[in-house]
Amino acid sequence: MSKIVDARGLSCPQPVLMTLDAIKSGSDGELEVIVDNMASRENVVRAAESHDWSVFEIKDNDDKTQIFIRKG
Amino acid sequence: MAKNFFSTRVGIIFVGAVIGILAAVLQKLGNPGNMGICVACFERDIAGAIGLHRADVVQYIRPEIIGFVLGSLVAAYSFKEFKPRCGSAPMVRFVLGVFAMIGALVFLGCPWRAVLRLAGGDLNAVLGLLGLGFGVWVGVMFLKNGYNLGRSQATHTSAGWMLPLVMLGLLSLMFIYPQVPGEDKSGVLFYSLNGPGAMHAPLLISLVVGLGIGFLAQRSRFCTMGALRDLILFGQTHLLSGFLSLLIFACVANIVLGQFHPGFTGQPVAHDLHVWNFLGMALAGLAFALAGGCPGRQLFLAGEGDTDASVFVLGMIAGAAFAHNFGLASSPKGLGPHGIAAVIVGFAVCLFIGFAMKKKIAA
Repeated sequence: MSKIVDARGLSCPQPVLMTLDAIKSGSDGELEVIVDNMASRENVVRAAESHDWSVFEIKDNDDKTQIFIRKG
Repeated sequence: MAKNFFSTRVGIIFVGAVIGILAAVLQKLGNPGNMGICVACFERDIAGAIGLHRADVVQYIRPEIIGFVLGSLVAAYSFKEFKPRCGSAPMVRFVLGVFAMIGALVFLGCPWRAVLRLAGGDLNAVLGLLGLGFGVWVGVMFLKNGYNLGRSQATHTSAGWMLPLVMLGLLSLMFIYPQVPGEDKSGVLFYSLNGPGAMHAPLLISLVVGLGIGFLAQRSRFCTMGALRDLILFGQTHLLSGFLSLLIFACVANIVLGQFHPGFTGQPVAHDLHVWNFLGMALAGLAFALAGGCPGRQLFLAGEGDTDASVFVLGMIAGAAFAHNFGLASSPKGLGPHGIAAVIVGFAVCLFIGFAMKKKIAA
C-alpha cells in the first residue's frame, strides 16, 4: 500500500518538501502525491526525478492531480 | 496535457533573458537608473501616486505592476490555471509584505532590482544579493523546521478577480487623470515633477512590457527568491537558471545601450552603506521566503487568483506608505531617520512569525 502525500492547498515549497520527506523515509519505494495546481505538479515531478525516483502514472481530475512515483 | 515550454529549463532561461533585456530597454526609454523594473520601488511609487505617502519624488502609478498582474491573469485563463483561492494566514502575509517592503527600501530595491543594479555595474548590489541569500537561508531554516502558513481553499471566482480589478481601476485612473506637464497633481493622482517618480517610460510601453512579462513569468513560475531558496533547500538550480539568465542578458543589454558603469559610488538611486544594503535585503529575503515568493511572484500569483498573494501585495504597498511617512526608507544620501529601528523590529517580527507558524498539516 503506497503512502499518500496530500499537498492540496499548499504552494511551494511545501509539496516538494513533503514529497522529499516521504522519499527519505522509505515508503516501500512507492508514493502517491496529490496536488491541485500545475506548478506543484511540475515541481514534484522535477524533484522526484532529481532524486532518482520515476513517475509511472499521473491521473488528472477536475480538482486534483495524483502523481504516482516509485524508486528507480 | 500540452507541455508547458516556459516551465522547462530552456523556457525559464528564455524568460529570464527577455525580462533582462526588456528591463534595460525600459530604463533606456525613461525608467530610473538601474531601475528598469523594481517591484518594491514601483509599488512604493503607486502608494505615492494615490496619496498613501507624500514623498513627492516618488509618486507615479507604474503600469509595469498593473501589467504583471493582468498579464499573469491572461496566461492563467489561457491555460486553465486560474484558481481562485484564499485562507492561508492572510493577516500574517500582510505583515510580511509590510516588512519585505521596508527591508527593500532600506537597500533601495527588491531582488529584481538587486540583479538589475548589478547588471548595471552597481557593486553595492553584491552586498544586497549576499544579504538576500542570508535572509532566504534563515527562511529555509524555518521551512526545514516545519514552518508553514497552512492550506488555502478554493473560493469564489470573483474573489480571485479582486486585485486584478483594483489594478484595472488604477489604470483607469491614469487615463482619467493623465499626467499634465509641470503639474504635480492631476485630479486625485499625484505625479512627481522631480526624482525617480518623474522618470518613466511611456505609459503604453510600460504597460505592454508589463503584460508580456506577467504572461511569461506566470507560465515559467519565475521567482527570484525561489531561485536562491531551492538552491539552499534542495540543491535545485531550475529557478536559478532564470535568475542568472536575467542577470547576464540585462548586463549585456546595458553594455550595448551604454548603461553599464561599474563601481560603488555615484550609482543611481543607491547608497554605499554596505552593512545596511546587506541587512535591508536580508530582512526582505527572510520575509519573501516566509511568504513563499519574491515580490514579482506574489503579483503573478495574484493574477492567477491567489488572494493570499494579493494580500501580501497590499502589505507591500502599505509598507511603502509606512516607510516614507515614518522616515524608514533610505535615499542616495543614506539611511532614513528610523531605518535602523525598522530593520530591527522587522527581524523581530519575522523571526516571531517563523517560530510561531507551525500549522500542522496532516500528510
